[in-house]
Amino acid sequence: MSYTWNFDIVWSYRWIFLTGTGVTIGITIAVVLLGLIVGLIAGIAQLSRSPTLRWLSWAYIEMFRLTPLLVLLLWFYYALPILTGIKLDAITASIVTLTLYGGSFYAEVIRGGIVSIEPGQSEAGLALGMTPARVMRRIVLPQAIKRMIPPLMNQSIIQFKNTSLVSVLAVPDLLYQGQVAAMDTYRALEVYTVIAAIYVVVLLPLTAIVKGAEKRLAQSN
Amino acid sequence: MSYKIEVSGLRKSFGALAVLRDINLKVEPGQVVALIGPSGSGKSTLLRCLNLLVMPDGGRIRIGKDSFAFGDGSKLPATREQARFRSNTGMVFQHFNLFPHMTVVQNVMEGPVSVKALPKPQAEALAGKLLAKVGLSDKVDVFPNKLSGGQKQRVAIARALAMEPEVMLFDEATSALDPELVGEVLGVMRDLAAEGMTMIIVTHEIGFAREVADRVVFMRDGVIVEEGPAREIIGQPKQEATRIFLSHFHNRG
Ligand SMILES: Nc1ncnc2c1ncn2[C@@H]1O[C@H](COP(=O)(O)OP(=O)(O)OP(=O)(O)O)[C@@H](O)[C@H]1O
Ligand SMILES: [Mg+2]
Repeated sequence: MSYTWNFDIVWSYRWIFLTGTGVTIGITIAVVLLGLIVGLIAGIAQLSRSPTLRWLSWAYIEMFRLTPLLVLLLWFYYALPILTGIKLDAITASIVTLTLYGGSFYAEVIRGGIVSIEPGQSEAGLALGMTPARVMRRIVLPQAIKRMIPPLMNQSIIQFKNTSLVSVLAVPDLLYQGQVAAMDTYRALEVYTVIAAIYVVVLLPLTAIVKGAEKRLAQSN
Repeated sequence: MSYKIEVSGLRKSFGALAVLRDINLKVEPGQVVALIGPSGSGKSTLLRCLNLLVMPDGGRIRIGKDSFAFGDGSKLPATREQARFRSNTGMVFQHFNLFPHMTVVQNVMEGPVSVKALPKPQAEALAGKLLAKVGLSDKVDVFPNKLSGGQKQRVAIARALAMEPEVMLFDEATSALDPELVGEVLGVMRDLAAEGMTMIIVTHEIGFAREVADRVVFMRDGVIVEEGPAREIIGQPKQEATRIFLSHFHNRG
């Protein structure tokens, strides 16, 4: 088998790949930040004294954690308008779906981090006369966040890869641009190899940071 | 209002287990009360009820000017009222529970700054004074994981005192310490007692209880079996249960 690689054609698509990478990174940043907010709310709601809040957050978390992301994307883009009459454009539908999907995983990490802090810490705060909300902010969260950072970063790395699914809604992300280029050039091998390499190159430094954070955490315990 | 602490008809159950059954207790200002009794008798639960870390099922608690009634149609105190009530009692735990993400001085400043909104410089000055009092002026900027158990417990005492509470509660403050470190913590508690702090001390240090406490309260199975002047209860207990409990300590020497 002698396949002649030809990266020259791919090179001529470099600007398109670059904008695709930009879209992918942009979507990731948006859904990581929004997902963290959603996850923090849902994670804390899991620990609430109100059974209603606990039930609602549980239902949300399980529904999104257990449904395949591709199904969710298609549902928010094609099914939601039928149900509610609200038509989201492809980017908005993608961001909403990925935010809620990622948020459900973040929520579990955040809940787990909070309950990993010994109850004696909260009691000491309460005993000083702090309200439970202030105990959460001043005593529990600062300690819990340190433990949450490595798993939250891992989850965010997965989110970066998850964004590739938005290409099914024709959002011009890295993979979508690659599909276009592959079709135009008939050079699927080169194009998809380059696309894969770009994902790896972007994520490699992030995984190194996570490893470092995990090591520092292990040492501080 | 001559008593500093007044507890009447206090009840608490965990599920089917009645841990406190009709506890009545009065403590005069400046008095030191030692709470003794076998494991599981409800000493910690009583102390934690006084601080609302455990919510009683029934009865009344008054500390200083604040009083709450529990059970029988009385509303649970609101979160803010609970917090204010707690800020008036200092609690010292067996396992210190220092905040590991804060330095020693930050631990002590945390209460005044975040509860009383005391400006940082004043809180720092107050913390410095209290840390000097417990003999830890040289550890101000150290993190708790660099301290010995005895030093940690002295920081915890300073942290509780920083709220300027009317009452101090100690739950086996020296039980987690190596024997050679017990003395330094008891020393701080002795000084506090001498200054006239109202204190309730759960302890297994019977010798310390006899020396420092004005009164000893002996609990078993959620009731107060016997109470009175320290020397009397420890020297000549009237109840069989008290005698048996104390004999364990005499035997051990
Ligand atoms: N949060 C809780 N839930 C259920 N049971 C509890 C709880 N806290 C305490 N108990 C039970 O209540 C009883 C009294 O406990 P408590 O800690 O008050 O005893 P204690 O006198 O302090 O004992 P020790 O000397 O071992 O510290 C024990 O049987 C204990 O298992
Ligand atoms: Mg106890």
